[in-house]
Amino acid sequence: MSTEVPSRSTPDASDLSPSSAAETKKYKVIGTRPIRHDGADKVTGKARYTSDVLLPNMAYGALVRSPYAHARIVSIDTSEAEAMPGVLATMTSADLPDPWDKVENLGEGCINYAHLSGNVLARGKALYKGHAVAAVCATNAHLAEEAAAKIKVEYEPLPAVTWVLDAMKEDAPLLHDNLVTQALGEESARPSNIGAHIHFEQGDLEAGWAAADVIVEREFKTSSIHQGYIEPHVSIAMWNEDGRLKIWTGTQGSFVVRQQMAELLKIPVSQVLVIPCEIGGGFGGKIAVYEQPVAAVLSRKCGRPVKIAMRRDEVFEATGPTPGSYMRVKLGATKDGKLTAGEAWLAYDAGAFPGGVIGPGCMCVFSCYDIPNAVVDGYDVVANKPKVQAYRAPGSTHAAFACESVIDELALELKIDPLDFRLKNAVQEGSRRVDGPVYPRIGLIETLEAVRDSQHWNSPLEGPNRGRGIACGFWFNAGLQSSVTAAVNPDGTVSMSEGSTDIGGTRASIAMQLAETLGIAATDVQPQVVDTDSIGYTDVTGGSRVTFATGLAAYQAGLDIQKQMVRRAAELWECDVDQVTVEDGVYRYGDAALSFKELAVKLNNAGDPIVGRASVSPQVSTNAFGAHIVDVEVDPETGKVTILRYTAVQDAGKAIHPSYVEGQMQGGAAQGIGWALNEEYFYDDEGVMRNASFLDYRIPTAFDLPMIETIIVEVPNPDHPYGVRGVGEVPIVPPPAALAIAIHRATGCRMHELPMSPPHVWRAMQDR
Amino acid sequence: MVQIFIPAPLRRLTAGQAQVAVVATTLREAIEALEQQCPGIRGELCENDGLAPTLQVAVDNRMTRRMSTPLKADSEIHFLPAIGGG
Amino acid sequence: MTPVKKHVTTKINGESVEFLCEPRQSLLEVLRDDLALTGCKEGCNNGNCGACTVVLNGRPVNSCLVLAVEAADASIETVEGIAEQGHLDPVQQCFLEGAALQCGICTPGFIVAAKALLDKNPDPTEAEIRFSLAGNLCRCTGYDKIIRAVQAAAQARLAAQQSS
Ligand code: FES
Ligand code: FES
Repeated sequence: MSTEVPSRSTPDASDLSPSSAAETKKYKVIGTRPIRHDGADKVTGKARYTSDVLLPNMAYGALVRSPYAHARIVSIDTSEAEAMPGVLATMTSADLPDPWDKVENLGEGCINYAHLSGNVLARGKALYKGHAVAAVCATNAHLAEEAAAKIKVEYEPLPAVTWVLDAMKEDAPLLHDNLVTQALGEESARPSNIGAHIHFEQGDLEAGWAAADVIVEREFKTSSIHQGYIEPHVSIAMWNEDGRLKIWTGTQGSFVVRQQMAELLKIPVSQVLVIPCEIGGGFGGKIAVYEQPVAAVLSRKCGRPVKIAMRRDEVFEATGPTPGSYMRVKLGATKDGKLTAGEAWLAYDAGAFPGGVIGPGCMCVFSCYDIPNAVVDGYDVVANKPKVQAYRAPGSTHAAFACESVIDELALELKIDPLDFRLKNAVQEGSRRVDGPVYPRIGLIETLEAVRDSQHWNSPLEGPNRGRGIACGFWFNAGLQSSVTAAVNPDGTVSMSEGSTDIGGTRASIAMQLAETLGIAATDVQPQVVDTDSIGYTDVTGGSRVTFATGLAAYQAGLDIQKQMVRRAAELWECDVDQVTVEDGVYRYGDAALSFKELAVKLNNAGDPIVGRASVSPQVSTNAFGAHIVDVEVDPETGKVTILRYTAVQDAGKAIHPSYVEGQMQGGAAQGIGWALNEEYFYDDEGVMRNASFLDYRIPTAFDLPMIETIIVEVPNPDHPYGVRGVGEVPIVPPPAALAIAIHRATGCRMHELPMSPPHVWRAMQDR
Repeated sequence: MVQIFIPAPLRRLTAGQAQVAVVATTLREAIEALEQQCPGIRGELCENDGLAPTLQVAVDNRMTRRMSTPLKADSEIHFLPAIGGG
Repeated sequence: MTPVKKHVTTKINGESVEFLCEPRQSLLEVLRDDLALTGCKEGCNNGNCGACTVVLNGRPVNSCLVLAVEAADASIETVEGIAEQGHLDPVQQCFLEGAALQCGICTPGFIVAAKALLDKNPDPTEAEIRFSLAGNLCRCTGYDKIIRAVQAAAQARLAAQQSS
């Protein structure tokens, strides 16, 4: 295919030209870099985030949280708080309907409502420090905090466990009395902290080891990490006397919030309206509800809208994170560099309730390589930590840290260049994953070739204590359900409504696909994210699916409009429908030719208004691969790692708005760098997180990072009319492994534990 | 024949076979046919009338949870854990 | 117990403003909740993220760390005051053109802080920009496009100065 040439996006972001000349011929809008439609609102402070919504007579809620990592709740006394002037209502889990033990697939993984309800407000036991136990609302936020301090909770502390391997021990304190291990078709006899065992096998492992000339096996550990969105969780609920519940919230999925509210409160979905506000980051952490049901019940009790805004320490202690993990990976290869066998044993904590991200971890661990004989075992383990949530390519980053590190060691043992070794074993169309399916057309090889040909890879790195690493990463990317409607305005512009909340500029990337389809300018489409009463069901903004799936819906809505326009043009020109042709947005019949806009103006007030609609549920993964190159310098005195140069390479299928594709790659890389070098939940012996602030849980700042170069590879996705693949998640996957390998080259030390913070690197250098 | 790939933990129900071939035109028929050959396996894969919520199915690379998903004569069926995303 | 409120007179974006506040209220809280200037954002409420940056008497500060009563007789500039008469400031324009925002929650803080930097140092090096903005956290962008936008804004301001 001729369009498979990697297009190098210029490192100069101020260059607004399309990403490559070849593509401008094909597309007018796609591949250009228009200013996003919501941009002016966001640079002037006018954009409305949930916290900016001020409703008349609004009350403010606050939560009482467990000071213990594990404790029986003996009693809760709210009377003193209730007696305070200005206090309007209090609640505990007794005010939530008895949850049903129902597991539902919400598109993006499944939710067990009993667990969700128990996470919203603890039932009987507090399962982690920060677990919400009771709530209060008052006429102002300070008063609510004061009243929360007056709610008396008597606890009976229990032993806590936070490290995944400890939680798996026979004698570990049990979080749930009735949790048994699910293993497809088998349940363990006695309760434990292990919620599930996943097992994949392929080929003949013993034969695979026998065929190997070199075998490397290593173990790895990682700490819990938070998504770290800058906007804390905030919601407003208004439960009217007529039974209708309105929720204002910053969420990755307004329909998924609607569903959760209906299930937790046992009310019909039709009684819930979710109004999505602008959202200040999510990364997977703003899908499950936390404060929303609490605000709703408090609102019903006090008859006013109730706002609950979490503090930053609450965000760290009670939301997110991604799991801490223990992993063992073993790989074997022949002398000439062909992988023959692989074995992975992964244990991820799930936080306080089962159902973490071990499934995708197991599916991703060997996803970049063709390994004929492989076995993967994975364990989902509860521990006294907040319930694990998705975080950008959930489970894949951990697994890649382990697998890529072993791949690198194996290559060095075999004296094969690690890039060549990866190229030799990279998956391609037809390769079978360890969990079974066969890949369709994918672009890992093209991505690795772009690394090989890159300026960065071919530039020398000199000087002491310096090293270069590369690593690969994979994420599936989802399809799921999306809806779009689009109305043609009298002036020939189009107003587009969609249900995917916009976290990173997707209004623009969706509008651009509609504009391309119609042959109009991106600025002639006015996109809007609307509430759950105003558009068809749309799944979460997650799984890197929005530009792909909601974009697909926009494309189809465009075709719907075009069909109507053709019919109306035929009426206008008094000809047959099939005599009207459309090309590049120009409608023709005989000598008559009208642009989309001209035609729209002519059709105004003459017949049915033109409204296009489409709903889609593409059932595909769009399978994206990335590879990152990093140069580091390690300070021998302190163990501090400085990044000298960084390049992210990724197959985007087709970059709709290259600036935002680059932005996803850069932002994902930065998060992966933070994960690799600094971030961790630091637990004390009591299971208390000791660094629950942005001062102590230090995410990368502008001063910690260099520019992040990007190379967009475009191997079109056969399942999308413009070839789009999901982009957002893959770039967080390679950094920890790439950095570990770079640190090895700089210091000679193999790092097997995240984060590779100065004390850990320093220690490793002392031990070498 | 449609090839159903049996998840390793369920192979105790298929006498150790990793793949079972059936004749079917939809996912529902395939699972029925599998149940005929290996009694008890449907209960592990399905709940009520649909797929168990913790699972998803890949039919020739299409992810689906729909029992009516059409199959080709030589389709491949894989049962996978349901996954989320950030 | 609601404490006795204090009367404060101050200047915000060039306009004289009066308000009543509790002594414990931060400037951020009063700006957002009482004066409806919701452009400055709260990311942490303890001085670690910079989302709440405003300029107080010519210096960028975290408004969550300033008590509202300390604003008495001061001059405050918020993100709402940066665009002039229907025209975006070069910093805002360059953020837009350079796609220097994703979710946008950090953006007002960055814009205020970046403008304050350029007012003081019209032609900063990349390292100076990174150092000055290290108190503003962004979780989405990896900072690359933010730094480039500030560089572009500096160039645009210098060019405008030369031509005037
Ligand atoms: S809210 Fe003020 S610094 Fe974070
Ligand atoms: S754009 Fe989201 S935090 Fe900066």
